[in-house]
Amino acid sequence: MTTITLAETPLLHAVLARADDALVHAHRLSEWVGHAPMLEEDLALGNVALDLLGQARSLYTYAAEVEGKGRTEDDLAYLRDAPSFRNLLLLEQPNGDFAQTIVRLFLHSAVLHPFWRTAMGSSDATLAAIAAKAEKEVAYHLRHSAEWLIRLGDGTEESHRRAQEALDRLWRFTGEMFAPEDADLVARGVLPDPASLRPEWDATVARVLAEATLDRPKDGWMQQGGRRGVHTEPLGHMLAVMQHLQRAYPGATW
Amino acid sequence: MTRATGSLSREAGEGRGGAPAALAAARLRADALRIAGEVADPEIPVLSIADLGVLRDARVAEDGQVEVDITPTYSGCPAMNMIAVNIETALDAAGIPARVKLVLSPAWTTDWMTQAGRDKLRDYGIAPPAPKASRRALFGMDEEVACPRCGSTETEKLSEFGSTACKALWRCTACKEPFDYFKCL
Repeated sequence: MTTITLAETPLLHAVLARADDALVHAHRLSEWVGHAPMLEEDLALGNVALDLLGQARSLYTYAAEVEGKGRTEDDLAYLRDAPSFRNLLLLEQPNGDFAQTIVRLFLHSAVLHPFWRTAMGSSDATLAAIAAKAEKEVAYHLRHSAEWLIRLGDGTEESHRRAQEALDRLWRFTGEMFAPEDADLVARGVLPDPASLRPEWDATVARVLAEATLDRPKDGWMQQGGRRGVHTEPLGHMLAVMQHLQRAYPGATW
Repeated sequence: MTRATGSLSREAGEGRGGAPAALAAARLRADALRIAGEVADPEIPVLSIADLGVLRDARVAEDGQVEVDITPTYSGCPAMNMIAVNIETALDAAGIPARVKLVLSPAWTTDWMTQAGRDKLRDYGIAPPAPKASRRALFGMDEEVACPRCGSTETEKLSEFGSTACKALWRCTACKEPFDYFKCL
């Protein structure tokens, strides 16, 4: 079998984590294509997925360069098993209903936007360049998901109930977004300190939930492990679908 | 391509004892930029990659090949691979061996689209991005978009996401026609 594992330096680990976040979320969103509640939303989710996939490509290409073993973005995406993936648990959760998909996109975009905006000033030139583009794209994702969440929360009794249930269900995965980053990378200005992003995230969430007439769930026990490769079961199923072709026919191109 | 000409003369002047070689390299680079600049965007064929601001630079590498720099519009733009292949094909047809390099910095913005490009886009039926308005649009503030068919600004946004990553769906309430808007980035 062609499975690969990487010797992860702190920088490689950090870049891979963001690449895996983007790829896994992009794949989940792309599962909506052809199934979204209306045509405009079908296009919107497909477009958001495409933006994230593009960010993933740039990040994997950089990760391969950091590793320096001549691997490609495709090797990193297709030839690693679930325990080697470093994405947040939140992003691998199944789409569920439309409310769950929107809540997942909103909760993550609300931290990803200040993350990339801060990373535009990164001491790492490649990350700063990727950030400059990603920041603008994620601004669209944040606004789009926030508008939907307000519409669902402040909509019908049924849409309100589902939006609140989605928040309650996914909230336990939000703590992981603020887990400490490698101290040296933060000190050298390569990546933002995750804790520094929290006040803006809290404010965005408070503002949107208030308008959506939704209650912020209590911060209880938070489930973590994605950055260490300890994933929830759905990731394995997702990778089986996503990686099948390259695993069955190694090196296939067309 | 005034910017290119400016740096050309400087490079040519730097040639020490190799003036003819430097001159030939400068001419090769100028030819490559001109030919590559004429390559059309695969999604919006009325626009060239020079109009779009996707073509960034070119240089003659040490191995004699011309290295052409392009920059992606949106991170996930699927047209980039095709643009790269089309550039190599066009230069190959002109007898110029070339390779394409993707550069990420500085990041592309719709402000780089030329005025000629904006006019072509409008004639094609796509409302061009408002210049210098990127930040307003990003923060969801009011955008005034003129209908590319009738010119009316009585328009409304249907969806921020359209048929490609770079377009939004709009509708003109004056002439009732739907249209694409090249959104600001």
